[in-house]
Amino acid sequence: MPTKIEKDEITGTETTGHEWDGIKELNTPLPKWWLWTFYATIIWSIGYFIVYPAWPTLSGHTKGTLGWTQRIEIAQRMEEAKASRAPFVGRIEKASLDEIRATPDLLNFAMAGGRSVFAENCAPCHGAGGSGAKGYPNLADDSWVWGGALDDIHTTIAYGIRNANTQSRISQMPRFGADGVLNAKQIDDVAEYVLSLSKRSTNADAVKRGETVFSENCVACHQEGGVGSTDLGAPNLAANIWIYGGDKATIVESVRNSRAGSMPAWTGRLDDATIKMLAVYVHALGGGK
Amino acid sequence: MALAATASGESARAASGAVPAYNDDVVRAAAIATIFWGCVGFLVGVVIASQLAFPVLNLGLEWTSFGRLRPLHTSAVIFAFGGNALLAASFYIVQRTCRTELFMGSAGAWFVFWGYQLFIVMAALGYVMGITSGKEYAEPEWFVDLWLTIVWVVYLVVYAGTLMKRKEPHIYVANWFLLAFIITIAMLHIGNNIQLPVSFLGWKSYTVPSGVQDAMIQWWYGHNAVGFFLTAGFLGMMYYFIPKAANRPVYSYRLSIVHFWALVFLYIWAGPHHLHYTALPDWAQTLGMTFSVMLWMPSWGGMINGLMTLSGAWDKLRTDASLRFSVTAVAFYGMSTFEGPMMSIKAVNALSHYTDWTIGHVHSGAMGWVGFVSFGMLYYLVPVLWGRTLYSTRLVAWHFWIATLGIVLYITAMWVSGIMQGLMWRAYDEYGFLQYSFVETVAAMHPFYVIRALGGVLYLVGALIMAYNFYKTITAGAPVRVSVPQAAAA
Repeated sequence: MPTKIEKDEITGTETTGHEWDGIKELNTPLPKWWLWTFYATIIWSIGYFIVYPAWPTLSGHTKGTLGWTQRIEIAQRMEEAKASRAPFVGRIEKASLDEIRATPDLLNFAMAGGRSVFAENCAPCHGAGGSGAKGYPNLADDSWVWGGALDDIHTTIAYGIRNANTQSRISQMPRFGADGVLNAKQIDDVAEYVLSLSKRSTNADAVKRGETVFSENCVACHQEGGVGSTDLGAPNLAANIWIYGGDKATIVESVRNSRAGSMPAWTGRLDDATIKMLAVYVHALGGGK
Repeated sequence: MALAATASGESARAASGAVPAYNDDVVRAAAIATIFWGCVGFLVGVVIASQLAFPVLNLGLEWTSFGRLRPLHTSAVIFAFGGNALLAASFYIVQRTCRTELFMGSAGAWFVFWGYQLFIVMAALGYVMGITSGKEYAEPEWFVDLWLTIVWVVYLVVYAGTLMKRKEPHIYVANWFLLAFIITIAMLHIGNNIQLPVSFLGWKSYTVPSGVQDAMIQWWYGHNAVGFFLTAGFLGMMYYFIPKAANRPVYSYRLSIVHFWALVFLYIWAGPHHLHYTALPDWAQTLGMTFSVMLWMPSWGGMINGLMTLSGAWDKLRTDASLRFSVTAVAFYGMSTFEGPMMSIKAVNALSHYTDWTIGHVHSGAMGWVGFVSFGMLYYLVPVLWGRTLYSTRLVAWHFWIATLGIVLYITAMWVSGIMQGLMWRAYDEYGFLQYSFVETVAAMHPFYVIRALGGVLYLVGALIMAYNFYKTITAGAPVRVSVPQAAAA
């Protein structure tokens, strides 16, 4: 079909002479800036091909004149980061926990490292700043299940609680209801007694009966008056501080089915210096003994 | 109900007229499907954006959890909304610019249309029920993939067949882009879904390649779904509807040729930029990055041709509903096709990757370019296809400004959130310890997630206004029949 080249009045440019459904095309040349920018990106790419790994070959790929690989770069950067911390880390490894606390610049470093590692590894359960959550003890108060001294905290972090690590802290409360040790009435009574330890009971008769149940079943671990034992990981029941909640229904549930919260051992996941820093940091959250 | 009205119209009128008519019934159906799926896709987007801001909205049910609704959103907007827009555009444009009816008549096109809707419904039901191959933007399982392959081959036959029986001597540029879209999507779809079902009648399958090879094929597919579905296809749409609505010649034929071939050649290499600093070999990362950078100007060629075609017709932006959307779309296209190559540069990517910046980038392209150019097409097409004037131009203005505000809120929120997130991830204190934990970055992003959800709500409201406008337009009478102009007249 013959083409009909026209001159477009508005732009003064000729058309190509084609037309589809009323649509024509101008024969405008390529914009210069467009073409030169396109060339520039191509030239830049060719330069990049020369200096960096770029094209596959039969036996591998072009290596580039810089000798750069991302593996080398990451190794270098990790090495740099490690080297920048090495002086402090070396001293942390050698120092005792008490020495770290007593040395201002080491303490600053340990607190910075502990804060960073805690936020990434511990806060998901224990909350930002160690404020705790249901089933995960508050680490910012002075109530400790397994002890709040530096060494206690360090042991808990390093080996965890009720896990497969051979040095894990282990203790297990019996399932008094589920295993038929106590009947429902006795559990209700002992719960009233536990409530009375923080002066919240409303049934004096039940408290009296519960006290007997407590002395026969609970006192070995939770101690006289329910003050607990950090050696046995038996929480203090008299401080009105609760891991799972202190209302009667929750206490009944704890007695009936027991609780068995677990914490992983961090040895092997975190290096020794980091665990030390964490212990110092957690100790300083507010309640360290 | 409007769909049923259109379906019966064509055959009745075709019988009454001796002059062949364009097969527009299927175009009308695809236009309606575009509007419908658009609203569905935007709604699910609002839901999942709200879930990210307020996790309680996951409702604690597996079917309504973010993980299942997210592919529902992406597939609904890309394949259901975008796909139907491309069906409407391709079937309409190929007939007009070839001056002939569709190859295989209406039957082939109707098979493609209904087959495609079945694909969408099967995919969507699968996602909600947890049936997924887990490959981003290619989540449908093997049986859905097989069905789509059949539908797509028929689509190619109908489209290419129409091109072959064209009454025009040359193939118009819009058709180059649409044909590239159809052929390349077929290749990508098959290449990325080479998979083996686990059992004979079970739905679960695994892809044959594994590890980094699987990742590379996945992003070869994923990036070119952007390149050939969301870019080439919609450029084809732009190349017809902008000159048509502006009533001006295309700015530069030469530019259209050069940028077309440069675009299709370069785009196919760019996928590795999704895998920077991963197990992907360095050389492949280099190629992904450099080809993305070289892609900048070929992408902008389409923007130049779109915008410069308006020379002498800029005043129409004030009055023409279609142009207002299409031209704004081209502006967003230009912005995101600059942002994309920039983000592919490894030093930039080191900051942007895995952050919300990527989400913002995708949405400036999806909402700004794909969405707006489709709305532009619909505002042109619906009045033409149904042969009447638009119900309300005031509602178009409302749609335009509400949706534009929605996009601006969305992408600025994601820029701020994403760059902040990236900077927080790499922040160290004076001792060399990470300054922020992951949880702290999530908390810091919350306000921007709320703003993003609000932007999505505005975009959805705009689309609902459009749907109402079209409903009132379409239901005002019976659709028209457009005769094919005969060569004898020339």
